[in-house]
Amino acid sequence: MKDTPLSNCERDFLLKAIEEKKRLDGRQTYDYRKLKITFGTDYGCCFVDLGKTRVMAQVSCELVAPKENRPNEGIMFFNIELSPMASPAFEQSRQSELSVKLNRQLERCLRNSKCIDTESLCVASGEKVWQIRTDVHVLNHDGNLMDAASIAAITALRHFRRPDVSIQGDEVTVYSPEERDPIPLSIYHMPITVSFSFFQQGTYLLVDPSEQEERVMDGLLIIAMNKHREICSIQSSGGIMLLKEQVMRCSKIASVKVSEITDLIEKALENDKTARKAGGRCGYAESITQERITALKMDETPVEVTDVKETASDIIQKAEPSPHKVPSLVVPVPGVGQVGQGLKNTWGLEEEDDDDEEEEEEEDTNDNGSAEQEEDLTVMEEEPHKTGESREANVVELSDSEEEEVIILHPETPDRTPKNTGSTSHQKGAAKSKKRQKK
Amino acid sequence: MMEVCGSGIVNLREFGCEQSLLSRPDGSASFIQGDTSVLAGVYGPAEVKVSKEIYDRATLEVLIQPKVGLPGVKERSQEQSVRETCEASLLLSLHPRSSLTLVLQVLHDDGSLLSCCLNAACMALMDAGLPMSCLFCGVTCAIDTAGQIITDPTATQEKESRALMTFAIDSTEHRVMMSSTKGSFSVHELQQCIAVSQKASEKIFQFYRDSVRRRYSKTL
Repeated sequence: MKDTPLSNCERDFLLKAIEEKKRLDGRQTYDYRKLKITFGTDYGCCFVDLGKTRVMAQVSCELVAPKENRPNEGIMFFNIELSPMASPAFEQSRQSELSVKLNRQLERCLRNSKCIDTESLCVASGEKVWQIRTDVHVLNHDGNLMDAASIAAITALRHFRRPDVSIQGDEVTVYSPEERDPIPLSIYHMPITVSFSFFQQGTYLLVDPSEQEERVMDGLLIIAMNKHREICSIQSSGGIMLLKEQVMRCSKIASVKVSEITDLIEKALENDKTARKAGGRCGYAESITQERITALKMDETPVEVTDVKETASDIIQKAEPSPHKVPSLVVPVPGVGQVGQGLKNTWGLEEEDDDDEEEEEEEDTNDNGSAEQEEDLTVMEEEPHKTGESREANVVELSDSEEEEVIILHPETPDRTPKNTGSTSHQKGAAKSKKRQKK
Repeated sequence: MMEVCGSGIVNLREFGCEQSLLSRPDGSASFIQGDTSVLAGVYGPAEVKVSKEIYDRATLEVLIQPKVGLPGVKERSQEQSVRETCEASLLLSLHPRSSLTLVLQVLHDDGSLLSCCLNAACMALMDAGLPMSCLFCGVTCAIDTAGQIITDPTATQEKESRALMTFAIDSTEHRVMMSSTKGSFSVHELQQCIAVSQKASEKIFQFYRDSVRRRYSKTL
């Protein structure tokens, strides 16, 4: 599906407003939209609302073999998923330019800044390390995905607990959360990105651009910084030329914003911790407010199901009886199973055709090792090949009498029939086993 | 045969729903059953790709996004179940040569995921204002090792169960629109589960009605 394009009128209006230092949603130039951080039921699940932009991050872990050149470092993996829910322009499972850009930026922000102690994720050097996977799902795109994704990712990483492990000799034991308390990741600092959009070749600057502002901007500057005012990554895109003063001014604004956001994250984590300790239920289900007119909750509902039994029996009684009884399995000789003896053939095929099919199916039977035939005669051949070989002499004698064996469809002498068919399959089975031996 | 359903009362976990919570999609809803929660977004009717165009009705596409990793075989099969249910209830012939996209994001899985997806899908389609011949809801039943029927099972109950069935039930005649089963059970048990689901669906449809009434009321 295509995205709705921005009309020239809208574009001109937006640019004119920006020139007058006004923004469509009433914010000031340096204002962030309302930021809300909530947590899911699991550890490592975090929702971030930045105005109407909404993202979810989920951290998960897995024991894997480390990279060869770094045998005692854990592996960090980041993935930003631009779900088609977020915007009609996003397509399922297609790497767009935007998603590559966002992924790369998030990696630079969180992996290359070495904010997570990867060596603490090592379990057995060169053999087993933890792989920490961070999935960021974009649920609603209303601009500035990068900031929302970086906040969600670092908060989810802070919130995450990995299972405890112990090593005794070569044995690695992973403990479930009931056995031992899970362990948080060791995080040195929290880099957070702040986006600046530039208009009119860098004359005007806006913090936290909305989706419409992103469409009319000339250039974008993304600064990743932690609360110690250390720049973790900086990226300028859009091909505008910035003056040194502008970059300095941006980094100053970024330091203020980052300290505000870090405080908010810490507060959110603290709140969640107390809520979990109190033993109350927490998670997405609890974050829905009753105040909204579009939301409704209902308590646990009992459903009366007293007459269910009668209804069910009624339906079954009224229903037509099942067309035929499924015959039980007969085992005439050990290793041979037989189903459906003495029933009529409902296929209505010519005899000869029947025989061909029978033979074919027998082959199938041999191939699969198990049998399920809708013919009136089914033979299961699961005998070990040894027995087949021991009877090989027999088989050779019978081999020229294949025409007679065709009579198997008239099982008047039930004792002989399975044996005959059995031997045919033995013959083939033997042939096969021979081939296998040659191989 | 095992004795099924002795107590005469089964429970649905508490459920909740919020509509139009996302700004971009034409219709959106989140549905919660206990801890299981699913977010749904609908786009459409909109322009369709020529390769997917159907000349006499709208093309419905359903996508389920798991929480971790990329969608796999399990998600594909759930997508198909949801799509077939939606196709049966939506009046797609009113929008020929157009596309409808329904995206479901799993927010937390604590059992009965498919029924939660169905409920979220129905709420989102309602929010998008798409014409439908009937509403539908999903009910999951589990039969535990003792032969008891549990509705709306949690993940642990699902794991311990002998059979698991999910039904989509329509609002007009409470008939089964879709069924998805796992495990072994007798015909009698299947019919009982259907009957239980039909009873449970009444509660869910009542919830739908209440939430719509609340939404279009003037006071909270």
